[in-house]
Amino acid sequence: MTTTSDTYNFDPTAPADSRRSGGITGWASRYVDERTGISYVVREFGRKIFPDHWSFMLGEVALYSFVVILITGTFLTFFFQASMAEVTYDGSYGPLKGLEMSAAMQSTLHISFEIRGGLLIRQVHHWAALLFVASTMLHMLRIFFTGAFRKPRELNWVIGFVLWILAMAEGFTGYSLPDDLLSGNGLRIIAGMVEGIPFIGSWILWLLFGGEFPGTAIVGRLYTLHILLLPAAVLAFIALHLVFVVTHKHTQYAGPGRTNENVIGVPVLPVFAAKAGGFFFVVFGLLMLMGAFFTINPIWVYGPYDPSPVSAGTQPDWYIGFADGALRLMPGWLGGPGGVPMEFVLFNTTYSLNILIPIVVLGLFIVAVMLYPFLEAWVTGDKREHHIADRPRNMPSRTAIGAAGVAFYTVLFFGASSDLIATHFKVSIESMITILQFMLVLGPVLAFFVTKRICLALQKKDRQIVLHGTESGRIVRLPGGEYIEVHEPVDEYERWKLVAFNDYEPLMLRPNAAGRIPVTERARAAISRLFFEDRIEPVTSTELEVARHH
Amino acid sequence: MNDEMKPRRRKHGRRSPLASVALVLTGLLMTGGAYALFTAATPASASVDLTSTQTIQEGKKLFAANCATCHGLNLAGSDSGPSLIGVGAAAVDFQVGTGRMPLAKDAAQAPDKPPVFNDTQVKQLAGYVASISPGPGIPAASNLTLTGDATKGAELFRINCAMCHNVAGAGGALTEGKYAPNLMETSPSHIYEAMLTGPQNMPVFNDDNITPQEKQDIITALKTQSKSETVGGFALGSLGPVAEGLFIWIFGLGAVVAFTVWLTAKAN
Repeated sequence: MTTTSDTYNFDPTAPADSRRSGGITGWASRYVDERTGISYVVREFGRKIFPDHWSFMLGEVALYSFVVILITGTFLTFFFQASMAEVTYDGSYGPLKGLEMSAAMQSTLHISFEIRGGLLIRQVHHWAALLFVASTMLHMLRIFFTGAFRKPRELNWVIGFVLWILAMAEGFTGYSLPDDLLSGNGLRIIAGMVEGIPFIGSWILWLLFGGEFPGTAIVGRLYTLHILLLPAAVLAFIALHLVFVVTHKHTQYAGPGRTNENVIGVPVLPVFAAKAGGFFFVVFGLLMLMGAFFTINPIWVYGPYDPSPVSAGTQPDWYIGFADGALRLMPGWLGGPGGVPMEFVLFNTTYSLNILIPIVVLGLFIVAVMLYPFLEAWVTGDKREHHIADRPRNMPSRTAIGAAGVAFYTVLFFGASSDLIATHFKVSIESMITILQFMLVLGPVLAFFVTKRICLALQKKDRQIVLHGTESGRIVRLPGGEYIEVHEPVDEYERWKLVAFNDYEPLMLRPNAAGRIPVTERARAAISRLFFEDRIEPVTSTELEVARHH
Repeated sequence: MNDEMKPRRRKHGRRSPLASVALVLTGLLMTGGAYALFTAATPASASVDLTSTQTIQEGKKLFAANCATCHGLNLAGSDSGPSLIGVGAAAVDFQVGTGRMPLAKDAAQAPDKPPVFNDTQVKQLAGYVASISPGPGIPAASNLTLTGDATKGAELFRINCAMCHNVAGAGGALTEGKYAPNLMETSPSHIYEAMLTGPQNMPVFNDDNITPQEKQDIITALKTQSKSETVGGFALGSLGPVAEGLFIWIFGLGAVVAFTVWLTAKAN
């Protein structure tokens, strides 16, 4: 009974291993593939090409720190009790013995002092959380400044943006869980912000806290969000994010042979997978070292939460700092004390503009971050796909807007640490606040113009280098007695990077079919002028040709 | 002794090559010993009798030479300094003992700095000021034994002190350039005196408000904390989330980026 069909070639007398080639590995992979059809996925994903550039690995850092968070977080859930039931502390940390505290605080102390390796895991978890948000934001900045959010990646930018928000939510809910004094103070600030919303604020607060602040429910609720809903959402969005990354293929920087239609780099299997796997352990190891050597959130120093004490120097974790800073920088009166009060009562309703304005400003800032890709696409009117990442200098206005955003965010962050700056640099806190208030308005404007000028200057320099090469410092005397400096032409590979970029021109207003110019078009033209009025054109091939014969 | 060794006779006594070494060593030991004796003697003089005539006389001289310019010869104060009538020995011991007085310059607040006077002189000044008009006295050693209840002390500290001094005693900012200082290095008697007299911008916590036993609890809690090892590793200045955030951005992310650059570096 012989058949040529490989699939039904069953010979019970043949030894099991030699039925097909490939030995045990071949057998195992066939076994799996025949039952799952995974070879398709491996083929698609395994052949995904990753270009080599350090800035392309920042998103991975976020992913890996999230994995570390999941692993350490699972360990912590074994011992943490998300309960605000009052207990008397009787653990091994002497200075808190006999004190009334919540079960949440007690179990966190238990993890820190009695569980083997508990403190290490707790600290690694917290450091990993800080690194998660930090690397997420650095990754976002990379995407922003290289224009990697342009078509077809706008939606993936939005997904990444949602991940950023979710990461902050994860961080904040986790920060509040130990029910220590510091986090309790932070929670009180958030509660105050919620209460500051007119009409519905009090209702929302009662809904969230199950009654008056702090109540006995909030830790349990935050815990559910922290370990169930939010991580599930983060995982789902990461999955979506990665699917898009594979679908869109990777962006790359301009270079010889690199076009909008190809990607030059190494495939996932085997090179990149090995590299990335190693990098995961590098990140994990780094976080373990930080957890081992650097204290983070020493709740035993802060003590249990109690609504009456408020500590000087209370700060949220850094990624919420910008929100705290917005509250601190908001003046209580317009035009100094005695001016127009920012909080007033109108028809039995209190309006706390000193809280509402910061909330609105923060909301607008965040929404602007989310919508920027769409704004830029609207202004440029560019419907093409872009797979070549920009050098930041080649899109001066975008880079300048990004710098302005960074300046705005940074000033808000330093607003949250205004008291520490005041004590450490021996200035008064009032002048610190005033300086930061001015910087919040002037800083972004200054950053915008300075960055734009720097970008344009760098572009000019690039143009100069492409056309005339670099100054060699070698002075040559010609036979006729004339002295010239020898310019060395730029390397061909190098030149590729300098000339490959898009050139947009300010939008020309033209009447539409009905012979009118709509308001939206006027606005678009105005923004377009702001974007592209000052520009350095890329070197054309004609110019290059002329320069060569020069 | 060997004959051949005779011409190279060993040098004895002060001509020995070791003589100068010994001399330097003796000199160092003597000055060092004297210094140690002298500095060790200073705390011993903490038992200066504040009420003795000699102490008061010495104190009066010191006061006239160093303090009277601002506080007035009869302690009544002037445009440049407050009256010291009724401040008591505790206030003098705190202000002068921590180096806050004499004032180096007119500022929002007098910073603590290395004290100008030694302990005996501080006590003489305290004795003199207390002799003019009574006030809170220097706390007895029995109040500073650090045997209080640290748990209760920490709770009292959180409720009464943490809003300015920070929950970990790391200090904090007040208005107009004033500040609550870090308490980790402050001596028990100075903490006690500060509560008793309310120096600079600090309110007074008298014995009805916080009893001597409770004061001792607070001091015990602070000293327990400053003496205890930081179990989690380096404390990053006990400044909380801001220090942690800067650390993750500069060192954490810095190290990560260094690794990414290394991983994607092309072989030379």
